[in-house]
Amino acid sequence: MTSDSIIQVRGLQKVYRTGDVPVRALRGIDLDVARGEFLAVIGPSGSGKSTLFHILGGLAAPTDGEVIVDGQNIRDLSDARRTELRQHKVGFVFQKYNLLPTLTALDNILIARYLARQNGPLSDDFKRILDLLGITKRLDHKPRALSGGEQQRVAIARALVNRPAIVLADEPTGNLDTENSTIVLELLRAINHDRGQTILMITHNPEAAAFADRVVAIRDGRIAVDNPG
Amino acid sequence: MINKLVFENLKHRWVRTVLTAVVIGVQVTLILTIVGLSKGMLQDSARRARGVGAQIWLKPEGSSSFTLASAQVNEKFVGFVSKQPHVDTALGVLIAQVFGFTSMAGVDYDKFVEMTGGVKYLAGGPLRQPDDIVVDQYYQKQNSIKVGQTLKILNHPWHVAGVIEEGKLSHLIVSLSRLQSLTGNTGRVTQIVVKVDNPANTQTAVDQLNTVLKGNLHAVSIDELTSLYNVNNLPPLKGFINVITALSIFVGFLVVFLSLYTAVIERTREIGVLKALGAKPVKILDILIRETILLAIFGCIIGILLSYAAKAVIMWYAPAFLQVVIVPDWWPIAAVIAIVGALLGAVYPGLKAARQDPIEALAYD
Repeated sequence: MTSDSIIQVRGLQKVYRTGDVPVRALRGIDLDVARGEFLAVIGPSGSGKSTLFHILGGLAAPTDGEVIVDGQNIRDLSDARRTELRQHKVGFVFQKYNLLPTLTALDNILIARYLARQNGPLSDDFKRILDLLGITKRLDHKPRALSGGEQQRVAIARALVNRPAIVLADEPTGNLDTENSTIVLELLRAINHDRGQTILMITHNPEAAAFADRVVAIRDGRIAVDNPG
Repeated sequence: MINKLVFENLKHRWVRTVLTAVVIGVQVTLILTIVGLSKGMLQDSARRARGVGAQIWLKPEGSSSFTLASAQVNEKFVGFVSKQPHVDTALGVLIAQVFGFTSMAGVDYDKFVEMTGGVKYLAGGPLRQPDDIVVDQYYQKQNSIKVGQTLKILNHPWHVAGVIEEGKLSHLIVSLSRLQSLTGNTGRVTQIVVKVDNPANTQTAVDQLNTVLKGNLHAVSIDELTSLYNVNNLPPLKGFINVITALSIFVGFLVVFLSLYTAVIERTREIGVLKALGAKPVKILDILIRETILLAIFGCIIGILLSYAAKAVIMWYAPAFLQVVIVPDWWPIAAVIAIVGALLGAVYPGLKAARQDPIEALAYD
């Protein structure tokens, strides 16, 4: 366990119950993610990578093991504290963008600020991110008026607006064509390089994973391969 | 921000929003119309009582103040009363129920006109023959009556002599003696109305009449009589309004329950997104409660507007049978009823949304 790790996972286990049947989704994960690292987690469907994503993001509690995110042990957190973790320390990017359809792109970004009780105008630094993402002129549009690539870039902006310690991206290019996938991945890499933002990206696509500094493969709930890029 | 989200949510599914608000509005209209009808009918009765120009009403002991048709007394009391101190004119009135809330008044017509200080004829003129009848403008409008035509009322043909302005004792006025003979009440009247020599002497005259007529007739001033025309003095009417109120709360509950339940199911993924972004369960509940209150407020506005429409329709089709007034003092009460019903309907969908697991919600398609 390195002291510079922003994420430290030791012996993480997660058991779900589907009816009366226990499902061991994670069977003892050990993982360190350095601050400012761009990590890709790959694995086939059912390997447990999404479960890992949910636990690291505070959406689910671990069954056993240690999960420390930016100094906070998730296992010890109540539901309310895990909600606060999501407000301030974690930004999510989803495969299906998950923008609120009734709000404009800007309001989709601002609602994340509102929920984190962040007030005041957007910082110049964040406005530069919007420029970098190429959505500055599309902020008044609702999601239905945006292309998939634009929606995902808005989702990335929403994930970054509260300056979280880590950004968790779950198959961020899963719904995009090759051109938009490349744009989104290059943007993630640029944000990682320029701002030192820690990014943990889950994908089943090796080409997408190649954009990361390091690739971790999960199989059957365990780390199978840990390859620095 | 949260209000913007609430407003945009309602705008996004505007058909459902409008339909829900309209149904809430209909229940508000129902309450306002029932109350307006109750008050309108009572105010109409009070106005027509005042319209006679008398200051004192005499009714048989124990009869109700709320119906013009009641127990009867010997007509000779009219002469006796007219001789009492401070009494200027005494008019015997026989009331006969025609149908529904409508009644017919039999009077000594010349004395009636004198007591009222003169009646305004909108068409035709006064009673001249025993079978003549004058109708007020409401009855004329409701039944499209023309002067000179024959009306069959109480199984008797009446000749319409004139149309007078509304607010004078009754919608239908005929000769006292003809109505007495028709109804088998020869020599009897339902009540006696009294005009005093000076309105300042009203209470003195009331006390005097109650002393000399004790056991036969009871005198009340017109102010006292009209003050009794109040919903609170009519327990059955009050009970009816309470039943309508309870039904309205139930309807509001059902409508909002169904509307919000559907909305919560439909917005499962959005609720998951909000939770992923850090919305606490109480915030999700807060959003739905704000939506509910906004829906109820829209509904109240629609309901108030519809109550004007309901009044216009009722007053157009049946002004002689039904009188409706707009009741602004009941707007806040109806609003509270609508909001309470709506909030009750929001409880289960709201809790369901607040308790939703964010992972399951995000996986919802």
